[in-house]
Amino acid sequence: MNSDKITKYILFGASLLILVLAGGMLYSLVEGSVPSFRVFGWKFLVTPEWNPTQGDQHFGALAFIVGTLFTSIFALLVAIPLAFSTSLIVAEYFRKTWFANVVSTCVDLLAGIPSVIFGLWGFYALRPFIVSIGLSHQGFGIFTAGLVLAIMIVPYATSLSNSIIMMVPNELKEAAYSLGATRLEVIWNVILPNARSGITASYILAFGRALGETMAVTMLIGNANILPKGLFSTGNTMASVIANEFGEASGVHLSSLIEIGLLLFVITAIINATGKYIIKKFA
Amino acid sequence: MDSSILQKRKKIIATTHFGARSFKNHFFFGIVLLLSLITISIVFLIIGTLVVKGYHQINWSFFTQVAPDTFDAMMANASGKIIPGGILNGITGTLLLVGLASVIAIPFGIVIGIYLYENATKRYANVIRDITDVLQGVPSIVVGLIVYLWVVVDITKGYSVLAGSVALAIMMLPLIIRSTEESMKMVPTTLKEAAIALGTPYYKVILRVLIPSSFSGLITGVLLAVSRVMGETAPLLLTTLGNSSVNWNLAKPVSAVPLLIWQFYNDPNMVNLIWSSSLFLMGFVLLLNILSKWIAAKKSIQ
Repeated sequence: MNSDKITKYILFGASLLILVLAGGMLYSLVEGSVPSFRVFGWKFLVTPEWNPTQGDQHFGALAFIVGTLFTSIFALLVAIPLAFSTSLIVAEYFRKTWFANVVSTCVDLLAGIPSVIFGLWGFYALRPFIVSIGLSHQGFGIFTAGLVLAIMIVPYATSLSNSIIMMVPNELKEAAYSLGATRLEVIWNVILPNARSGITASYILAFGRALGETMAVTMLIGNANILPKGLFSTGNTMASVIANEFGEASGVHLSSLIEIGLLLFVITAIINATGKYIIKKFA
Repeated sequence: MDSSILQKRKKIIATTHFGARSFKNHFFFGIVLLLSLITISIVFLIIGTLVVKGYHQINWSFFTQVAPDTFDAMMANASGKIIPGGILNGITGTLLLVGLASVIAIPFGIVIGIYLYENATKRYANVIRDITDVLQGVPSIVVGLIVYLWVVVDITKGYSVLAGSVALAIMMLPLIIRSTEESMKMVPTTLKEAAIALGTPYYKVILRVLIPSSFSGLITGVLLAVSRVMGETAPLLLTTLGNSSVNWNLAKPVSAVPLLIWQFYNDPNMVNLIWSSSLFLMGFVLLLNILSKWIAAKKSIQ
């Protein structure tokens, strides 16, 4: 009896680690960003200037917030057609055939490729291609980073929506076919309405991934601390500015980077919680 | 007579717009197929690029020597030879970092996973599960920042193996927790009930029934978690920085294969080493992925 209780306490005690980790993360990030908050206050969020030069230091995160949202939304818009198509191929058109197997294995492999290798490929293969077709002079910028990011988040967007599409009851689809519906009409009028919330949730989770992606974006976005002016403009994201400037940062500069980290932490936590909530509630 | 029937049919087809509907149907399928082929062709493009550009740098010294300094690389490039040296410091560093991270994350991950499985419906367990999901979504660079504040600043007073391992362990933990819970769910409850009915102590039920019967699931989860963190670069940039020689001291900085790739990328003389290092890393990660798939498939047959 006694040993049972001890075992239970050990299990419970280990679970406290999660609380400590999450609480500690939030606490350290908040504590680390206090010096920056004292100097810049809430203006930090709406100031686009970021100047780390000694003597004339002032920091604002707006350029990076806009850069992050711009890149991630563009990536999501590119990723959705790709992810939706692969989901349909795997879960509907070629369901349970060798071809579906090949496609889903390839998507799994895509998920396994390290971020830094995506960055290399983007730099040495995609960027020269973009320059050669005349879309951009240098090839760096929101567009290139967003394209690579889109490919990186496709596996996250598909893994969940595949199983959601598979879960649509066969009876519903058969009923529609028996009324003379074409495949497209079944997909549009039966599968989509049934799987909508689940698919939306998986795209939200993929968006959360895109927001925090660091290495590939850092290698491709051009690392200019400016408000991006358009799709082909260079810029910087919250994650990439941390990766770039962390090494030589100290004092208020370091604290400002930590505050950006805190922002990123909070935003991704909210996005993830929203996605999980939709799955729990509707799917 | 015949032709009038045909005309009637044509008329029906025209009035029901089947021709247009059928065309739309095929057109949509064509687009879906094209887009998914584009997606999977990218995998082959990336792996192909790595193999074509990287294979000729892979030789014996690639695995037995540390990374060359930029001057040696420049001389080799100037005389048209392949760059001397290898990535031994990166390989040993990655093994050390991932090994230590596994030692930290696997026991905690499995125990917390068992807790969640055993108390599946409790409100507190649900909160823990939700927080675990949020932790899984924390960007790797933020994990790096936090571990910098915790370990680099306060404990080792400098970049260190320990800091890098803690960062990787934090990233592995949620993955292992969720995979442990999921694979325990596959174990028939009757097995557990039988053990309890025999009066087996709770810890023995866990060690002798739950863990052995979900073992392949646990291994799959651990391998996937390892393969996920093996290629991580961003958190290591903020925690272990890199080292030009082989290091086994936990309080000292160490290199890792992804860190070396980043370093080679930033040094124009080293470009040729990028591809072989990436090929090596990619091959290792894919091997782990395939291994975990294979174990999972074997499990599902039984």
